[in-house]
Amino acid sequence: MSAAEDLGLGSGPASALNQRREGETLRLEFAGQWTTQELARHDNALRALDLQGARLAVVDLSACSAIDSAGAWVLDRTLDDLKRRGAEVSLVGSSPAIETLLGTIAKKHVELPPPPRPDNPIIAVTLRLGRETVRIAREGTELLSFLGLTVTVFLRSLLMPWRIRLTPLIAHMEQTGLNALPIVGLISFLVGVVLAYQGADQLARFGAQIFTVNLVAIGVLREMGILLTAIIVAGRSGSSFTAQIGTMKVNEEVDAMQTLGLDPMEVLVMPRVFALVLVLPLLTFYADLMGLLGGAVMATVVLDISFFQFARQLSDAVTLWTFWIGIIKAPLFAFIIGMIGCYEGLKVSRSAESVGRQTTRAVVEAIFLVIVLDALLSIFFSVIGI
Amino acid sequence: MSDPGSGVTTTNGSGQISPDMIGSGRIRRGEEVLQVTGLRTQFGTTVIHDNLDFSVRAGEVMGVVGGSGTGKSVLVRTIIGLNKPRAGRIVLFGEDVAALSSSQWRAMQSRWGVLFQDGALFSSLTVAQNIEVPMKEHSDLPPALRQELIEVKIAMVGLPPDAAHKFPAELSGGMRKRAGLARALALDADILFLDEPTAGLDPIGAANFDSLIGDLQRALGLTVVMVTHDLDSLYAICDRVSVLVDKRVKVGTIDELMREPDPWIQEYFGGPRGRAAANSAAKSEGRAGEIAAPEQLPPEPGA
Repeated sequence: MSAAEDLGLGSGPASALNQRREGETLRLEFAGQWTTQELARHDNALRALDLQGARLAVVDLSACSAIDSAGAWVLDRTLDDLKRRGAEVSLVGSSPAIETLLGTIAKKHVELPPPPRPDNPIIAVTLRLGRETVRIAREGTELLSFLGLTVTVFLRSLLMPWRIRLTPLIAHMEQTGLNALPIVGLISFLVGVVLAYQGADQLARFGAQIFTVNLVAIGVLREMGILLTAIIVAGRSGSSFTAQIGTMKVNEEVDAMQTLGLDPMEVLVMPRVFALVLVLPLLTFYADLMGLLGGAVMATVVLDISFFQFARQLSDAVTLWTFWIGIIKAPLFAFIIGMIGCYEGLKVSRSAESVGRQTTRAVVEAIFLVIVLDALLSIFFSVIGI
Repeated sequence: MSDPGSGVTTTNGSGQISPDMIGSGRIRRGEEVLQVTGLRTQFGTTVIHDNLDFSVRAGEVMGVVGGSGTGKSVLVRTIIGLNKPRAGRIVLFGEDVAALSSSQWRAMQSRWGVLFQDGALFSSLTVAQNIEVPMKEHSDLPPALRQELIEVKIAMVGLPPDAAHKFPAELSGGMRKRAGLARALALDADILFLDEPTAGLDPIGAANFDSLIGDLQRALGLTVVMVTHDLDSLYAICDRVSVLVDKRVKVGTIDELMREPDPWIQEYFGGPRGRAAANSAAKSEGRAGEIAAPEQLPPEPGA
């Protein structure tokens, strides 16, 4: 069996490097398997090879049972190193297979350019700050123009309601509304519980536990119900709008749609935005109910306030406006969430990676804008005195 | 020239199994390194392979072809453990893959290289870092040597040196495949699995990639299992071809397969594209034959 026959399919327990000094000659014997797994044991020894004043170096491969490209490289490097240090080098006992490896693999080695040095941290931070600022500003203007476009198409659809696509509208209403009921209900209920519990704790110090009901009612109806619902919907439906439209962008479905004379704004964006605008007020109403229920359950269990007392205190605490303030915000928030979800979806480029990036961005932007708008509306409502 | 290594006998299947032995077990050229017997794979109620037998000899290039959905890639994925078979035995380098402990499995993983479609490079790492991943994971090579070996691998697959510090997204499709091949060869694998290596490349790029695989296979003594649609690749570098039909494989050289009565195989090799590939292969035969001749496998009875 020649070495060519088991080239690269090596054997035996291990490898050895034997050095022998014979007069003027340094004899290096590469024995066993010179494969990737073995090289770590010899690399240092070969780099620190001491010629011991020998003028002739003989590299003997006759005991070498297998060699792979990594082994060939180390062998080649050693030969070059010995030559560079002025020794006369001869290679004995090599097989054609090893010669091929040396010739085709090791000789082709080229040194890589050094990796690009990272920028000075201060410059890097400044650069990034600048880039992000420009990006955000650009995104802001683009979003604004998309808002204009959406509003235009929205109004046109309202004027020509027969152009609204009913099937996708209903499907999206089901996905964003009906299917969200369990999670929205649970979270609102728990928030009602938490508000009642924390409120009762503080108000008990004044003996004013009954006002826990006021706290829960106003907290849930004015702010918590709508805000939490909007945030859940942004995470649930806004992100799925981006992912759906984004995937269609990646598959060039949106391009195909345009070439067929279908307007993506009308086909993709409108049903989603409409569905959300219709469904979010309903979801908010449901969240309000569940939040109050959570508060009531907590009040009964911990505060000994019966359901009946809770209801009477509730009717004293809130006016119809308290409820309407929460509900009025819902279509606005829905519009923002739907619009941003679709906008980011349409901005997906042709890679799967960008679907993920735009989806994250959609959720973050939607929640951010919802909370900013909520704060502005709070100020507005307190200024006009409701 | 003498070869004292020949005194060492083949460790194949029987005997003590240790993680170390898998890493350095010896298999001789021509011997079967991969044996799949009675393989059955199934997704839900869809049976992909049923009672499939498949084997690969050391040092050969085995092409795997078949119509869409016949489970070519699934076969390779099953062999490398990404997909669990319902039944059957997979023996790689004499070890039953299903019976390996986790440390033996890791040792086994360092003995194969896999090139996925489009390279499957890690997108957050540069090409050089990608090639370094298996070296770091499966060997204790010192950093300086790792660096040199990365340089060797990059030159080996014909990438320009300045590609080393680029990220996969900055490379063309052909360069990504070359980088993927360099990563698959990072540990000098004994067996290389290629999933559609030439898909998505232009004809020139595909031909170059074929000859690269052929050159490396000869120089490194690799065993290659190549899933492909590309008839030119089959003629250019494959020693034998496995055709997936009726949930089984039919194995043979292209000439042998052409005599198979199966209509799909007839259509595949005898169709216009098959004939065109055969003609162009015949034209370059003289040149290819000279190079390939000394390396030819001894014919095995009953293949």
